Amino acid sequence: MINISLNNEPQTIADKILLSEALSQWGLEGTKIAVAINGEFVPRSTYGERRLEAGDLIDIVKPVGGG
Amino acid sequence: MSYKPTLPANDFTLYGETFSSRFLLGTALYASPQLMRDSIVRSRAEIVTLGLRRQNPADRSGDAIWQFIQESGCRLLPNTAGCKSVKEAVTLAEMSREIFDTDWIKLEVVGDDYNLQPDPFGLVEASGILIKKGFKVLPYCTDDLILCKRLLDVGCQVLMPWGAPIGTGQGLLNRYNLHTLRERIRDIPMIIDAGLGAPSQAAEAMEMGFDGILLNTAVAKAHNPPLMAEAFADAIDAGRKAYSAGLMQKRQTASPSTPTIGQPFWHQQ
Repeated sequence: MINISLNNEPQTIADKILLSEALSQWGLEGTKIAVAINGEFVPRSTYGERRLEAGDLIDIVKPVGGG
Repeated sequence: MSYKPTLPANDFTLYGETFSSRFLLGTALYASPQLMRDSIVRSRAEIVTLGLRRQNPADRSGDAIWQFIQESGCRLLPNTAGCKSVKEAVTLAEMSREIFDTDWIKLEVVGDDYNLQPDPFGLVEASGILIKKGFKVLPYCTDDLILCKRLLDVGCQVLMPWGAPIGTGQGLLNRYNLHTLRERIRDIPMIIDAGLGAPSQAAEAMEMGFDGILLNTAVAKAHNPPLMAEAFADAIDAGRKAYSAGLMQKRQTASPSTPTIGQPFWHQQ
């Protein structure tokens, strides 16, 4: 297991898990979200290739009202 | 014979897309998603702004807002609100492009927390990067002429100078700068973005020759947001008509409008 940060909350998750699998675990698979890891945008098409590593800072965003 | 008023035919075109409404409306701060939806309808807006924030899977409160925005049929203009660095703004823009499936971005790079003043240096740098990545950048900028020229230099085709700091409702704080901008940058669409509190201020900006108005708080925080949205829409139309009609020149001395010839009760002594 590794420690990561998900939207600034500490999380523990299986080592080398794929981002696509992690999103599924978090109940976010197929929802309208976008992802950045360590401040870098991660395109949706690469979710199945990207493996999470210890210390990764993950941001997951969704649409909100804005000005 | 009935008279049907029509707006001047000259187009409001942004990045090759033409709109009949010159009012861009924000979708935040409404007391309910229904009030937001009704305000969009009454505003007659064809472009709405929206944002991205961290997702808590258990929190579905934003779903209704997103659903209503989609149902509005408006063109989406996602923002990079709150970003304080070029890197943050570029990353959020890339996330927006994927999630909203649009290369339009209202680019905000905040330079100061007190007045949320755009960081001019970060704004120019981020605009250049995003334009190279294929974005159509609508920068939220100050009314500084040289900043606006630099934004055009890096490829922005629309400018969105502030009227006043976001959410202040103070109106057009620096008329000299705004007049100068319009005078020096004639053929680029310029939208007054932020700081307006009353429809009269929007009308004034349009009378000055600005091409459109973007606001959020003045509608969302009105006692009756949908009615205020309509009031702004009417004011923007009125201001545009006035600009197209050509305002009279101001002068110092009074000049009677009723003819002086034939004035009664006047007798040569």
